[in-house]
Amino acid sequence: MIRTACLFLAVSLLPAAPPLVIRNANLITITKGNFRGAVLIDGGKIAAFGDKVVVPPNARVIDAGGQYVTPGIIDPHSHVGTDSVNESALAVASMTGIGDVLNPENIGIYRALAGGVTTIAVLHGSADPIGGKCEIIKTRWGKDAEGIRFEGAPPYIKFALGENVKRSGGVWAALIAPGNLRYPATRMGVEDVFRQAFTDARAYQKAWREYDENRKRGVEALPPRRDLTLEPLVEVLERKRLVHTHAYRADEILMIMRVAEEFGFKINVLVHVLEGYKVAREIAAHGASASTFSDWWAYKMEAYDAIPYNAAIMAKKGVLVSLNSDNAELMRRMNTEAAKVMKYGGVSENDALAMITLNPAKQLGIEDRVGSIETGKDADLVIWDRHPLSNYAKVQKVLVDGELYFDRDTDIGSRPARNKQRQELLEKAKARQNKAAPENKASAAGRPQ
Amino acid sequence: MRYLIGLLALCCAVMAETRTAVALRDARVVTVGGPTLERGTVLLRDGIIEAVGEGVAIPPDAWVIEARGLTVYPGLMDALTLLEQPPSGAARPVGPAPDAPSQSPPRPARGPQDRPSANSWLRAADLLNASDRRLAEARNAGFTNAVIYPAAGIFAGQGAVLSLAGEKRRMIVASPAGQFLTLIGDRGYTGFPVSLMGALAYIKQVYIDAAHYQAHRLAYERRRPGVSRPDYDRALEGVLESPRALLPARSKVELERMARFAADLKTPAVLYGGDAGYDAADALAKARLPVLVSLKWPERPRDADPDYRESLRLLELRERAPSTPAVLAKAGVPFAFYTDGTAPRDVAKAVKRAIDAGLPETDALRALTLAPARIYGLADRMGSIEKGKLANLVVTDGPLFAETTKVKYIFVEGLKFEPPPDAPPSAPAAPPTGGDL
Repeated sequence: MIRTACLFLAVSLLPAAPPLVIRNANLITITKGNFRGAVLIDGGKIAAFGDKVVVPPNARVIDAGGQYVTPGIIDPHSHVGTDSVNESALAVASMTGIGDVLNPENIGIYRALAGGVTTIAVLHGSADPIGGKCEIIKTRWGKDAEGIRFEGAPPYIKFALGENVKRSGGVWAALIAPGNLRYPATRMGVEDVFRQAFTDARAYQKAWREYDENRKRGVEALPPRRDLTLEPLVEVLERKRLVHTHAYRADEILMIMRVAEEFGFKINVLVHVLEGYKVAREIAAHGASASTFSDWWAYKMEAYDAIPYNAAIMAKKGVLVSLNSDNAELMRRMNTEAAKVMKYGGVSENDALAMITLNPAKQLGIEDRVGSIETGKDADLVIWDRHPLSNYAKVQKVLVDGELYFDRDTDIGSRPARNKQRQELLEKAKARQNKAAPENKASAAGRPQ
Repeated sequence: MRYLIGLLALCCAVMAETRTAVALRDARVVTVGGPTLERGTVLLRDGIIEAVGEGVAIPPDAWVIEARGLTVYPGLMDALTLLEQPPSGAARPVGPAPDAPSQSPPRPARGPQDRPSANSWLRAADLLNASDRRLAEARNAGFTNAVIYPAAGIFAGQGAVLSLAGEKRRMIVASPAGQFLTLIGDRGYTGFPVSLMGALAYIKQVYIDAAHYQAHRLAYERRRPGVSRPDYDRALEGVLESPRALLPARSKVELERMARFAADLKTPAVLYGGDAGYDAADALAKARLPVLVSLKWPERPRDADPDYRESLRLLELRERAPSTPAVLAKAGVPFAFYTDGTAPRDVAKAVKRAIDAGLPETDALRALTLAPARIYGLADRMGSIEKGKLANLVVTDGPLFAETTKVKYIFVEGLKFEPPPDAPPSAPAAPPTGGDL
């Protein structure tokens, strides 16, 4: 009996890792100010932080040596970690979902992690007015597809407007293959696609409501056909699924907000939104937030009116602003993107960092879990060798849920061993091939080398 | 010409000898289903195993084969092969539009409702070309059965379990055996679905539609008030006819993904491919999904760019893929082998790699006999040497997977075949002819 009790005790104690403390750190909490002190992590959460943290005797210790510790970066718009991005054949592709095709082995995830990113919203591409369902992941490199999902994050869907949408089915696409010609090819067509889709969704919603009511009254009937395209749109109508809209021009930003208001839902995040500064008040009034680029423009027609002051202006007009990468390479250095907002528009250090941490967390509806260093939040933390807004800052360590997922020294130190492993595998492969079919010297000699 | 055909017919008649009763006496009998008999006798009659044991009385009418020194195994079964592809340019049985003139290119699909790349109603049993020379080649290597599927489309069609001998209508043991899914549309970039997530969503919708179609039809047949007559949908008919879905999955990510996806389909599923199963056994065991493991172990293509730097992960996959069967066996995941284009003469070599990587030989044999029979729900009639099962046997002069071992006889439902003496490396297969497919 005692033995069983001991065993039970041992088992119940085993999974809980001892607490972890990062001490001697320059903490940038985003919401609670900056401290020279420590962060205590217990059970994957931040248990305490500041200059008076009581360190339990069994705690593991990381000495930051005066380096900077920030919350993990959150990228609200990217396309890494997935095996497909666009279902471009349809204007309404809401049946598709990134969650079906996550690829946790995609190296983009690790590179993002090495840039201090701990949470990524992986989005459907912008080929379709109504794209697929999105998936929010954490950069838990090494875990499987289930293991990287941000469990409990609100569901999202991707909309897109303007050039990408028109182009996907337009004349140029049709030149490649006639079958590619796809409605819509104009901005007014784009608006029509939304109206039609949500009109259909309303009818679908009504059919199910009638069926449910009949069933409650004991009237048996055949249930309506489940439609995977319309189901997510009904969720949007019922405000159970949030909306992330790719948009550039002011006119189309206003258009999509009007359509949403007409159908009784909200555009939660406008992304790219390069002309957002022109309609910032309208965006704020609608209750949308904005996720923009720092200083890129003129890479296509609809990006000609972009200005680097966009983020600062929208923020000043009361819009919740974040920065996004949309790109696996840029995602590795979102800290410098934040720094640019200080240069253009004079945003404060803390507000600039909030644009890549707390603000995207709010936009994704996960601010109770991530986005700042606060007691009770997930211990998603980045250790930088310099101030993260410096060009020279390098990520040293990244923790997700209190677990160390990236360590610069370990990474660099493991490279010789990896190269050795590669050489061994290559030699084994060569031996296998020679065994299977000994190399024909005569024909090999005849081949150009 | 006529003389030649006559001669050929004669040859065939000589090659396949049939007697009502045959006794293989004093052989080592690896029954697979039960214990191995060191000096056993197998008695076959009318295509069925009538008796097997150590003291089986041989009836006077039986033709006796003295099999001392020989080993008798159950006939091998290739768990997945594809029908010959018709030559390109020939009309392919694809496209949703049965009412459209066959010449016009298929219109781009507007969504799942147009059933793009769906050939689910096609049956390999109907399309089989009985003179496909691969069948005889496989038989000479010890295969008595194969499960054959149409190859093209996301819903490629329904498979059939074949006996590799006899007339076409005699060859079909069970049909339909399952729906072969590929995730690869047949329209390139010109219509839905063009992406993996599109294909997955499409498949999910079709299975939902099939269930709804069935319920609708049932409600109509029961004259439920207010239920209209459903439209006939051959794509859904094909899905409903199929007792199981075959889903492709090779990498770890794909295996885990498809294990989850299969649960969504609410239909029995089998995964095929399996290369990285050594790394995904837990997920597969949890999902209780059988896996058909390809015997074409991944290797660097001979004509690959020598300067291309392959990822460590890929190099590791190639090294470790043959350990998949051993890992699956240990994890209790049911699996069977399929040849996946491996030439019949190379099958033993490929199996040997799995054995070298830790797979017990008995499990290797099982993966080519009883395991596929179980996966296809046919273990009551094939897959092992047991009384009452089909008389499918392969008789060798040594251990089945040893390099020097030769196949002496093959019995397909009692029909006896001998491989051509000292079979030379078979010539490249003749270009397949269209027509019959």
